[in-house]
Amino acid sequence: MNDAPLVGQRSRSLEGTPVRVVSARVSLATRLANVWSRRELLLGLIVSDIRIKYKNSTLGIFWSMVAPAFTLGVYYLVFNIFLKNGYPNFVIYLFSGLIVWNMFQSSIITATGVIVDRAALVKKVSFPREILALSNVGASVVYFFAQLLVLAIVVAALGHAPAWKFALILPISFVSLYLLTSALAIVMSAINVYLRDTKHLIEVLLQLWFYMTPIVYSYEHAIAPHLQIRGLTWIYFLNPITLIVVTFQRVFYVNTIVHSTVLPHPIIDVLPTWSFDKFLILNVLLFGISLVAFFVAEAIFGRLEGEFESEL
Amino acid sequence: MTTVIEVEGVSKKFKIHHERHQSLKERLLHPRSGSTEVFEALQDINFTVGEGETLGIVGHNGSGKSTLLKCICGVLKPTTGEIRLRGSLAALLELGAGFQTELSGRDNIYLYGAMLGFSRRMVDGIFDDVVAFSEIEQFIDTQVKFYSSGMYVRLAFAVAVNVDPDILVVDEVLAVGDERFQAKCVDRIKRFQQEGRTILLVTHNADQVRALCDRAVVLDSGEMIADGPTRDSLRIFREHLMTDAVEHDPSHLLGTIHIESVSTPSGSFEVKSGAGLHFDVAVTAQTAYSGNFVMELFTRTGLLVSRSDAQGSPVNLLPGRNVVGVDLGQIPLLDGVYDLNVGIVDPRGHNVIAWSERAASIQVTYDGREGGLVELDASIRQQ
Repeated sequence: MNDAPLVGQRSRSLEGTPVRVVSARVSLATRLANVWSRRELLLGLIVSDIRIKYKNSTLGIFWSMVAPAFTLGVYYLVFNIFLKNGYPNFVIYLFSGLIVWNMFQSSIITATGVIVDRAALVKKVSFPREILALSNVGASVVYFFAQLLVLAIVVAALGHAPAWKFALILPISFVSLYLLTSALAIVMSAINVYLRDTKHLIEVLLQLWFYMTPIVYSYEHAIAPHLQIRGLTWIYFLNPITLIVVTFQRVFYVNTIVHSTVLPHPIIDVLPTWSFDKFLILNVLLFGISLVAFFVAEAIFGRLEGEFESEL
Repeated sequence: MTTVIEVEGVSKKFKIHHERHQSLKERLLHPRSGSTEVFEALQDINFTVGEGETLGIVGHNGSGKSTLLKCICGVLKPTTGEIRLRGSLAALLELGAGFQTELSGRDNIYLYGAMLGFSRRMVDGIFDDVVAFSEIEQFIDTQVKFYSSGMYVRLAFAVAVNVDPDILVVDEVLAVGDERFQAKCVDRIKRFQQEGRTILLVTHNADQVRALCDRAVVLDSGEMIADGPTRDSLRIFREHLMTDAVEHDPSHLLGTIHIESVSTPSGSFEVKSGAGLHFDVAVTAQTAYSGNFVMELFTRTGLLVSRSDAQGSPVNLLPGRNVVGVDLGQIPLLDGVYDLNVGIVDPRGHNVIAWSERAASIQVTYDGREGGLVELDASIRQQ
């Protein structure tokens, strides 16, 4: 550690240092570069978010695993023991979709209000504002991995081997989830500055969205037959979260067709019987779309950001 | 000299909403109502700051100086024009705005450092200095919400001045903490100057600018009205304050009294150190007025040598020309040129009624051997 610098001219000259420009319009590339250059701040905000959440609690960050484990236990009791719906190990099916949804929902709900909530900071300290929304997404990513760990433990405990081959697609699927979530979080945080109802509206819409995604029910069983006759399958997949959820379910729940545990041997189609290649292609496609969505979201944010100071 | 800050054609417009419709229902019900007015906080500001310069930005409240500063720091984006910056920048704007009160002082040092754009490794390197400077060693692991407001601000200041910025931006924050801490802050700023860093100081305190800046920019309702050596800019600033005050003067006194001239019987302002000086101040008044006479004496480097008691010298001005005689019994100053400001203030010493900045310059000659500002006439002998 260098002690108090000696008085005198500093050796460092600014002659060659790059010039930063502050102006009304910033190009998309510059925006992204700015966000990247402040990744330490992003990390710092994520850590402080998590620290504050578990401040003064004895178990600390372990709560992010204890809570979902407990939820999982309740689901096990409800769906495997009391309300048998016929799906063997339904708890795995449910939880593999739920962790995806939890990350999406908690990110959007916390990020929508974040710029308004932290107006004091936004008005006084200079940093790319979308970092606030991204830090909420980042915290949700941490909880996501905690829940993924819980899921892995449960899968192992129930002696349910995941589809290892399909697991190769998971990283692509997760990155798409991250990009889509970030895109929506960024845009919503900016819109909420102008229309404060957004925060409440989004909570309602997310409930609807939840049931439009095959998490507590099976797409293949409940929806696909009806859409297929009319050739409208694509409509359901307009919801980008669906593909991600189905991919996660395919990896962890594995079975596409099961024998019901309740009635004498009726067969239930749980998941699409797509090949590995089809899963891969669809996921790569979704990744491309998510990337574009993220750039578009950044551009929209850049437009909306200009007049934050008049609204906050 | 490398240009560190370049402000080019910067304007900033704010929309002021008279009726805020921020909820969806209100927007739907009143799509057009709620007038918005455009307020021009800055109009076409241009200046550059070189490496190692200390620039003062002066203006009264609402002149746009804080807006300009926020644009330079990147908190606000200019509506038109652009600002080009070289090197890292640390801003002392509303200290502690970035603090998370639920976290400890230790965590906040890292978080605040990151907000200012400094890496964790850099903050590691200066951590001990920050803690020592802020004088809160024993509370460093306490949640910031339990800090006193003084501790809060000291911690924020300590982070900002220890992170080794190339450009330091200071906004009216020298008014924080007790006198000892303030002195420490001024010391730190002076050290930054000696180290050749670039400093922007925003204030409405002319004394501070005089003491710290080589150059000053004066803003008035969003326009830049002066950019030059501190003394010249401050003169324009004061004159502007006077004309401004004339416009908003309830008693219509301002502008009725003028300081015409300052003269000595011999016509010369040269004086030997230790000798006295008599000078006459000619004041014309349109109506009779009883107020107080004040005078200030500054060194050429901007150090205040003396300011007379604003309530101590009552004068009764009669309509027409008045002469106020001033006797300086003996001037103990050493060699140098000293600038004299004279003015008339109201009986309570609160408002300036008439002012003349650098009304005269007194040249003192000294042939003794003491150095510094004043002769103490020390006699030293061994007992």
